Amino acid sequence: MVHLTINGRTAQAEEGEMLLDVIKRQGIDIPAICQHDAVEPSGSCRLCTVEITKADWDGWKNYVTSCLYPVADGLIVNTHSDAVNEIRKTLFDLYLARHPNSLFVQKLAAEYGVTETSFTEVPDGDDCILCGLCTRICDRMGFSAISTVGRGHSKEIAPPLKEAPPDCVGCLACAQSCPTGHIKFSEEGVSRSIWGKQFERITCSKCGKLTAITKEFADSLSKTQDIPREYFDICDECRRRETALTMGRLAHWVREEETA
Amino acid sequence: MRIDKPAQLTKLRKELVASEKNHTKKIMVCCGPGCLANGSAEIVEEFRKVIKKKRIKGFKVEALKETGCHGFCALGPLVVIEPSGTFYTKVKPKDVEEIIDKSIRKDETIERLLYDDPSNGKKIESYHDIPFYARQKRIALRNLGHIDQYKIDEYIAVDGYSALSKVLTKMKPDQVISEVSRSGLRGRGGAGFPAGRKWATCAKADDTPHYVICNGDEGDPGAFMDRSIMEGDPHSVIEGMIIAAYAVGAHEGYIYVREEYPLAVDNLKLAIQQATEYGFLGENIFGSDFSFTLNVSRGGGAFVCGESSALMKSVAGKVGEPRAKYVRSVLKGLYDKPTVLNNVETYANVPVIIDKGHKWFSSIGTSKSTGTKAFSLVGKVSNTGLIEVPMGTTLREIIYDIGGGILNDRPFKAVQTGGPSGGCLPESKLDLPVDFDTLTEAYSMMGSGGMIIMDDETCVVDVAKYFLAFLVDESCGKCVPCREGLFQLHKMVKNITDGNGKEEDLEKMERLSDVIIKSSLCGLGKSGPNPFISTVRYFRDEYLTHIKDKKCPAKVCRELIRFDIIDDKCDGCMACLSACAFDAITGKKNEVHVIDQEKCTKCGACKTVCTRDAIKVS
Repeated sequence: MVHLTINGRTAQAEEGEMLLDVIKRQGIDIPAICQHDAVEPSGSCRLCTVEITKADWDGWKNYVTSCLYPVADGLIVNTHSDAVNEIRKTLFDLYLARHPNSLFVQKLAAEYGVTETSFTEVPDGDDCILCGLCTRICDRMGFSAISTVGRGHSKEIAPPLKEAPPDCVGCLACAQSCPTGHIKFSEEGVSRSIWGKQFERITCSKCGKLTAITKEFADSLSKTQDIPREYFDICDECRRRETALTMGRLAHWVREEETA
Repeated sequence: MRIDKPAQLTKLRKELVASEKNHTKKIMVCCGPGCLANGSAEIVEEFRKVIKKKRIKGFKVEALKETGCHGFCALGPLVVIEPSGTFYTKVKPKDVEEIIDKSIRKDETIERLLYDDPSNGKKIESYHDIPFYARQKRIALRNLGHIDQYKIDEYIAVDGYSALSKVLTKMKPDQVISEVSRSGLRGRGGAGFPAGRKWATCAKADDTPHYVICNGDEGDPGAFMDRSIMEGDPHSVIEGMIIAAYAVGAHEGYIYVREEYPLAVDNLKLAIQQATEYGFLGENIFGSDFSFTLNVSRGGGAFVCGESSALMKSVAGKVGEPRAKYVRSVLKGLYDKPTVLNNVETYANVPVIIDKGHKWFSSIGTSKSTGTKAFSLVGKVSNTGLIEVPMGTTLREIIYDIGGGILNDRPFKAVQTGGPSGGCLPESKLDLPVDFDTLTEAYSMMGSGGMIIMDDETCVVDVAKYFLAFLVDESCGKCVPCREGLFQLHKMVKNITDGNGKEEDLEKMERLSDVIIKSSLCGLGKSGPNPFISTVRYFRDEYLTHIKDKKCPAKVCRELIRFDIIDDKCDGCMACLSACAFDAITGKKNEVHVIDQEKCTKCGACKTVCTRDAIKVS
């Protein structure tokens, strides 16, 4: 067990835990927009930066991203010191300059009193804040169909060679994890389109309803998870009904056995 | 041939030294980056042809050596005749026959090719007597210019691989670490972390396997120290790495070389192949149970991949983005395993430390920064080139005694050390001793050893803009303060050079810089605002002149200057008129010309061609 002080109150944490998790557990709210429990932290948004020191650091302070900082005994943490607030305000100011039209950014920035940027607005600023959640989730799903491309101010998220990504299965994990709604997809009838690639959603072989899973996704899951491909041919509802019927038959059979 | 015992190596060395002694004279042609660019490959070809044609008695073609960088790049291509040390400068292929006839067949020197001493105009024959060389001390660059860069035998003849044989047959890993620790060797890549301490931490780490990596991703504009070592003396790096691997218990290593150094890649690969044939790499090195393989890993040309964690990701085949190093890479590095990463120059020092002992090494330099440091001296300095001096040498000694002062005797303005993330130091700091801690205290840094000298015709605001543009371009773009913050900082500096700056901008820029430094993820971002911070610290007045008076004192910033033709001086020769690519100059032959300010792009082409000094910049 590790003992630390957060905003003047003592807190306990498990060895190896990240500071942000402990801060959240204390009920303290700090922004962390590139963080998601499903993936490894990356530390790109820098908004969860906190001030840390220790009794024997002779007053020296350090600024660390709490999502990546492993807790340590005797750590003294300030989540909202003047310097930390200045950092977050400036970061929101920079975010607003780059993504002036993003409602997500506007709302978060307003919480820190930043309603307009003091820097030069980027004229064609889009809504992608490059948090990298989409690429990390895609990696985590085992597809790595998209990645960051290029570097510096012109870095972007894209499939290889900016063509329809061969490894994409149309699972939509990227779009659903995107905090600003920048990743767009469209669905019409059985077809789904994302990253310039077309997919066909599976139609339930029992009831004829459309499922959320694409054929490519089913093929991949069946192969990697060792699940029979037919498993995906029916929708969740029908599968539940099938299971219930099987269970009912089973229960009926057991009862008959017992009475006999 | 495989060498399994130290005695075999000693025997081979004796044979090699003896056969070298057969050459009464040797021709060393510098094939370093600067001389190659000036055509030294053609000179080598010409020498081969002439030697073949003339069939000189007692002179074999083996006595013609293609060496690494000799150092004095400003005077290249260089040809040195050994053992006299006769130093021929700016040699052309047409000079080759004369060199053979006079300096090889006879003992004459060719006056016209010798070095002119600028202090008295006299010719100096041997390079040993030239102040540029006389004031240096070479450890990491010890073999550059003195051995053929393509031959392992030449390296062995100058005691190469003797340190490795000593380490593997007479020393335990902890003895090696202790020797390096006590020598005081600090990382030459810039941060100056004690190499011995890094090795000790890695050696003690429980997780396995351990790796050693060499950082050859020298990306600072104007720096070519590591390049010269990798190209000209690759075996010194390889030997250093094998010793490090033995010390920390690693069996696999990588040399990460940037894409822009194809020659370094070729020479390293050749050297690895040669070392493997002799058994210095591979299984059971020197008959011990220690095995080690070494691979060359090529970068893709990103500056950020010189940062340790980004470099390791790149070696592993991933996008070269840094990670937060709250857990150090020496414990969780390549493939999340304990990894020792040192720079090229650091490894090149290791064999000498083992050979000569820690006491010898720590007696050089200062108490906290031992040994020497290589610098590439570039910019507005007379003697541009590659140098190595003991730590603690002052900037003034480097720039004036070795560098020969400012080009064309103009006034000194600033020296930029530490690459883009380093800083500019003014004249008042010239007497600072150059070591890791002093430069950091003066708000610059040692960096990997690029040193750019600027004269009064350099505008520091323009310099800050240039380096910020470089960093904006080279930022990996992962974290917001670096990606967006440096972008905005560059925009604001550009505003100032365009004449649109406001006085309050400086304070705002300083506040933004403070946030970037505090909140960036890696070293690139944390030192990113330095081009601005260090120039505004020492040259605030120059910024204010740009902002308040809308003037650029160095007459560099295009938006703040204008070109005019002085009527009295112009003789209407039409040279400027034809040099102007934008048709901004009008006038007839023998009549005074006029510059159309609307069309003028202030490129300065007219000023360059005018022989009568009739173009005025104001």
